[in-house]
Amino acid sequence: MTQIDYTRAAKYFLLQDFWVGFKLGMKYFLRPKATLNYPHEKGPLSPRFRGEHALRRYPNGEERCIACKLCEAVCPAQAITIDAEPREDGSRRTTRYDIDMTKCIYCGFCQEACPVDAIVEGPNFEYATETREELFYDKDKLLANGDRWEGEIARNLEMDAPYR
Amino acid sequence: MADFFFNTNLGMLLVIIGQILLVVVPLLVALAFLMYADRKIWAAVQMRRGPNVVGVFGLLQSFADFGKYIVKEIVVPAGADKAVFFMAPMVTLVMSLIAWAVIPFNDGWVISNVNVAILYVFAVSSLEVYGVIMGGWASNSKYPFLGSLRSAAQMISYEVSIGLIIIGIILSTGSMNFSAIVDAQRGSYGLLNWYWLPHFPMLILFFISALAETNRPPFDLPEAESELVAGYQVEYSSTPFLLFMIGELTAVVLMCALIALMFFGGWLSPIPGLPDGIFWMIAKMGLVFFFFAMVKAITPRYRYDQLMRLGWKVFLPFSLIWVVFVAFAAKFDWFWGVYARWAVGG
Repeated sequence: MTQIDYTRAAKYFLLQDFWVGFKLGMKYFLRPKATLNYPHEKGPLSPRFRGEHALRRYPNGEERCIACKLCEAVCPAQAITIDAEPREDGSRRTTRYDIDMTKCIYCGFCQEACPVDAIVEGPNFEYATETREELFYDKDKLLANGDRWEGEIARNLEMDAPYR
Repeated sequence: MADFFFNTNLGMLLVIIGQILLVVVPLLVALAFLMYADRKIWAAVQMRRGPNVVGVFGLLQSFADFGKYIVKEIVVPAGADKAVFFMAPMVTLVMSLIAWAVIPFNDGWVISNVNVAILYVFAVSSLEVYGVIMGGWASNSKYPFLGSLRSAAQMISYEVSIGLIIIGIILSTGSMNFSAIVDAQRGSYGLLNWYWLPHFPMLILFFISALAETNRPPFDLPEAESELVAGYQVEYSSTPFLLFMIGELTAVVLMCALIALMFFGGWLSPIPGLPDGIFWMIAKMGLVFFFFAMVKAITPRYRYDQLMRLGWKVFLPFSLIWVVFVAFAAKFDWFWGVYARWAVGG
């Protein structure tokens, strides 16, 4: 004859599991919420955060990119397309700098490869669009991003500099 | 004026329709907020915020959801039996709504004060399973059919123990009328006079059976997402799905009302001296609903064989023994007569 475990039976009939669970549930019920109220509250971002791309300019307004095409070469997703020819003043500049944001995997290699800190991934991640075409960024869009986010980008690069 | 409403056929019909609207409209509005409360409680236990965008604190979330469901496209599966397919959600909703005809909210506040009220509720809530079976069968698809079979078996299994628990209450009261059941719980000790104390094991059994009967977690096997996608609701969309949802939630609230009436003294005040009233009934229903929502948040889903074992091998014998015990206790006045609060006869 098997021995009946009375303690276990009593716990089973008195719904011990349920009450323990209920107590735990109530404990968490009264705790502050872990969820951020997203559009109104945002979490902190690392200076290394790799978000939307931007092409930067020098303080005098000259664009940094010298069309070396290192970013195009290193891009593992082949999202970057660059055409270049000499400008009237003889300097080498891009005539076309496209990033297909739907191909981009946000690895940050372009930023690493860039010798003049021209292409960077900024802190912006809220650039969802309604059509796919809007995500095929051209040079104008990237330069505009650079102008818009220059403050944050410069600060992030400065904060990250000691670790590079 | 009074003569028209109480002595002519048309007047009486109008009075009845008015009474029905007076119950159904607040019930459905309350349902919207209970759905919201359900989600909020669930969210709070998981340390989430829950719906908080539509209206102040997200209070209008359910109405937004209703609107969304109504404007969605109704998809009818190619092989579906159209008439039955559309009748199923209606059956579910209607069956869960007509049970409210005999539920009193206050002394005398009831559409139909019939003597076999509890039997009527039991019968009507048993018919609810037809909505599920019809929905699953008419969809003409595998998962809905499996889900509806499971659901039917589950609902029938737990109705047995619910019936036996109800018999215990009826034995104690000597009446099947809800007003009599509540009156039998009246006494000078407030909440200590209610049936939850002498019938305590049955309160727990009834609560768990109610969860199973209404397909709430942890017994929501028919709609087990991991195995059956959404059970008998797979092929439903738009308004028919909304009707299923409202019907299910109405059944849940009905179970809350039954527990409040049978175990917690309905509209009676818990503290002697305070006035009785409908607010006590609503507060008790709200408290029971809170437990329903908490159970959803804290318990993992049962496996099907565990569910059946619990229903037939634990609940059924236990409630059967309890009925016998209550019968003896009531007859021979054991325990200072707490089991014999006969309102009528003896």
